[in-house]
Amino acid sequence: MNIKNFRNLINNQDNQDLEDHNHKYSFCVYAGHVLKNLFSKPATTSYPYEPAHFSERMRGHIEINAPECIGCGMCMRMCPPGAIHVDRAANTWSINPFDCVQCGSCVHNCPKKCLSMNQGYTEPESEKAVFTVVIPEKKIPPKKPAAAPAGEN
Amino acid sequence: MAKRSVVPFGPQHPVLPEPIHLDLVLEDETVVEAIPSIGFVHRGLEKLVEKKDFKQYVYIAERICGICSCGHGMGYCESIEHMMGIEVPRRAQYLRTIWQEMSRMHSHLLWLGLLADAMGFESLFMEAWRLREKILDMFDLTTGGRIIFSVNCVGGCLKDMDSAMLKAISDTMETLYEDMRPMAKTFLNDFTVQSRLKGLGVMDRQTALMTGAVGPMLRASGEPYDARLLGYAAYNDLDVQPVTETDGDSYARCKVRIKELFQTANLIREAISKIPEGDIAVPVKGNPDGEYFMRIEQPRGEAIYYTKGNGTKNLDRFRLRTPTTSNIPPMVEMLKGCQLADVPILILTIDPCISCTER
Repeated sequence: MNIKNFRNLINNQDNQDLEDHNHKYSFCVYAGHVLKNLFSKPATTSYPYEPAHFSERMRGHIEINAPECIGCGMCMRMCPPGAIHVDRAANTWSINPFDCVQCGSCVHNCPKKCLSMNQGYTEPESEKAVFTVVIPEKKIPPKKPAAAPAGEN
Repeated sequence: MAKRSVVPFGPQHPVLPEPIHLDLVLEDETVVEAIPSIGFVHRGLEKLVEKKDFKQYVYIAERICGICSCGHGMGYCESIEHMMGIEVPRRAQYLRTIWQEMSRMHSHLLWLGLLADAMGFESLFMEAWRLREKILDMFDLTTGGRIIFSVNCVGGCLKDMDSAMLKAISDTMETLYEDMRPMAKTFLNDFTVQSRLKGLGVMDRQTALMTGAVGPMLRASGEPYDARLLGYAAYNDLDVQPVTETDGDSYARCKVRIKELFQTANLIREAISKIPEGDIAVPVKGNPDGEYFMRIEQPRGEAIYYTKGNGTKNLDRFRLRTPTTSNIPPMVEMLKGCQLADVPILILTIDPCISCTER
């Protein structure tokens, strides 16, 4: 449809035939649909007999690619509910999945892109457990030796 | 004089999506006065803005309410962007408009379902929500969440929609335009629905303007006021005419929202056909300093976002005046003189979103 048709539709309200101008009101307008719905398949998926379908971009839970993490703590600073904790001294990265609101702020701000938001919700548990991984120890590069004098034989 | 009694219309009621308390002063079955009291969902979110980074606060602003979530994120971001003088790319503005208009459709379909449920018409309630599921599937496809999107950021959008997604949205709007007709016909023509809605809670144009009604409540009384005409985001490219009715009763409000549903489905298709290519976000440097009032059209009416920065990364103040705050005085005015059994329907016709009202 081109733009002009949209304009007419939006502004002239061509759906004037929604209201029945011949009668002030009618009885049992929805009855036909009720009968149709009675004898057709339910509109919902019959989970768990049919598998649950997740979309590709679904914001389910956070996962970390631990070997890539440099322990900068950016995710901890940018997390609105404060669900992530990075401990440089103990070399751990931990997340409380029950505090996480699945906003994606940590994924967006990670400089090494080692965090990802994956499909599937956090499973219910009987107590709120914190999920911890070990991250590589932050290596301090060795001091460069003083430059040798040029032309030494 | 008849004896007066006070009936509490509690915070818990099957018809209310969110808790509000009303003390109804009754003479026999007629409501003489209604005294509202709010505060059951107050979470202190406006105070939280002093503690969180202004870029982090977008995620909190979105979670103020589940139904109007996209609008809150967008309104907050637009307010900060105007204050800091950031030019948002055109494609990001179109994307925000598309998501906000889909948000309007899902909100109106939710309201229609609640109205049918309040009248006891459960099959129509299920039909409205089944149509709403198609829009929620589109949200899930494009943003990753059904209700809370996390796609707005200061400076633009976080996620882009490629042409396959835009086509999917356009096709959904086309099928919805046809599928919504039986439901709309039932709301507008059925005898039982009309007998509950016609002539109920009549508010003429003068009273609506004096008590401060906004949104479909105001437009159903004849005043063509729509904040989308201000031309923020991509609305200056899309020609929006406010939908008005003149009767001012609950039936007119229902009609305004149904007509807006069809208008919005076409607006979305127009926006998708016109969306330009380009970036979706610009980098944001520096801290906000100054103040700005931003008005956007939420599904329930005009919402005002006031932000005040002082040069640090925490804002000084963020004030959100939601449409329901403005619609509660007209609702109290409407309740005078009605029957007790009509109170749930009258409260629903303002489309109360109490979570937004008490942040």
